[in-house]
Amino acid sequence: MRYAMAIDTKKCVGCSDCVVACQTENNVPHGYCRDWIVENVSGAYPIVEIELRSERCNHCENAPCVRCCPTGASHTVEGGIVMVTHDECIGCGACIQSCPYDARYSHPDGYVDKCTFCQHRLEKGQNTACVDVCPTKCLHFGDIEDPYSDVSLALKNRSWKVLAPEAGTKPQLYFLT
Amino acid sequence: MKEELFISGRDIPNIDPFLNIWHWQIPLYLYLGGIAAGIMFFAGLFTIMGKEKEMATTVKWAPFLVPIALVLGLFALFLDLKHEMYFWRLYTTVRMGSPMSWGAWTLMLVTPLSMIWSATYLKEAVPNWNWKFKLIEQTIGFFTKKRREMAWAMMFLAVVLGVYTGILLSAFNARPLWNTSILGPLFLVSGLSTGLATIIWMSKNKTERRIMSQIDIVLIAVELFLIVHLFMGFLSATAVQVEAAELFLGGQFTVTFWVFVVILGLAFPAVLEILELRGFHIPIWIPALLILFGGLVFRFVMVEAGQITRYLY
Ligand code: SF4
Ligand code: SF4
Repeated sequence: MRYAMAIDTKKCVGCSDCVVACQTENNVPHGYCRDWIVENVSGAYPIVEIELRSERCNHCENAPCVRCCPTGASHTVEGGIVMVTHDECIGCGACIQSCPYDARYSHPDGYVDKCTFCQHRLEKGQNTACVDVCPTKCLHFGDIEDPYSDVSLALKNRSWKVLAPEAGTKPQLYFLT
Repeated sequence: MKEELFISGRDIPNIDPFLNIWHWQIPLYLYLGGIAAGIMFFAGLFTIMGKEKEMATTVKWAPFLVPIALVLGLFALFLDLKHEMYFWRLYTTVRMGSPMSWGAWTLMLVTPLSMIWSATYLKEAVPNWNWKFKLIEQTIGFFTKKRREMAWAMMFLAVVLGVYTGILLSAFNARPLWNTSILGPLFLVSGLSTGLATIIWMSKNKTERRIMSQIDIVLIAVELFLIVHLFMGFLSATAVQVEAAELFLGGQFTVTFWVFVVILGLAFPAVLEILELRGFHIPIWIPALLILFGGLVFRFVMVEAGQITRYLY
């Protein structure tokens, strides 16, 4: 089993609902966030194109943040979710340096924090907060090894990309293009 | 074609717009580790060569600074931690994939070793020193006989420590400026050279200083060669690494790096040392101080610039 998310860049309107939902669900301190919106504007006026991406931790299959953690606080759990155990984390910042996506931040309480794919909700059979709240239904989540999961079906007939594949981390966020 | 990125709803302290999570503590830690490695390496080397008498500062006196440097370095590392009270977690596991982990363990071995080394020379430094307890006296006596074995261990661990100060950075694939294996040898050589500068500064013995200056000139030449190599590597690599190199070739770190590190910290002191060897009268502390300062700036620049570099997507 491997959890993954597909983000439909053609449907996303950049409303930031997922950002707020996450902050509320996970009690993210004010001024911080575990997911965010990137607007990538390319081209020369008047022919410009906008790509909207809801980004978060990629829960990389080959996660450098897990490898470089000196205490084992950063670790991978079932379904390939990368988690941080708060009271094992010494706040050295090595994992923040190692993440090509800048997906981690230093929590004001000292430990490092980031997206958990709402593991506490998955355990109860629910979806992640961001997926549930998205008004355009552009986030698809599930087990990518199950061909009938929401994420697998979303990827089936669409072209997609992952971000910075050359960093070699095997990211698990798929952006539908 | 022009491309612009906007990130909305995100402005995390110390991460946006540029990563700046490591401040002065880490470069200082790397610097002190490098100096300690340099002093230990030469203390070990000249002990094995049986030159304790001729090279007294190198073998006996300079190593007194090593435990101090290491403890200060560890303290700097401690200050860098944001969740300090869990510091001990570093020492409940060994994680070979994490340079931070094996570096912390190396320091755990090196620090007591350097303390014991200095303890065996304490009686020579302070003639009427008294250990007070018989057991301590005997233990120190035992280690005094084992200096040669300790010298080998020191040399080996000094190389590990010196390389580690570079590998700590180069293991981060996500930061293109750091992600080059040359950083290991480069930081090692730089550490050895700053260690030598400390010894030269402390030494009152002309022959000893002469030998050390000669070694230092070679080390500086190697370091300059490695720096050229570093940039050649970057410029022929991927776009992100070319961009990383450009920070030093016209970008915001150009002056700091080339003036303070390369010219004032390496080339100029090497010239002064050569002139001094040729018989010109040059106060020895000038090149020594320049080398020490250059080494410090080098680490600050590398840590700060590295955090700015990143993958583009
Ligand atoms: S996106 Fe970053 S934090 Fe998340 S698993 Fe990958 S490397 Fe680790
Ligand atoms: S900051 Fe915490 S989670 Fe990150 S590498 Fe250090 S100990 Fe591990």
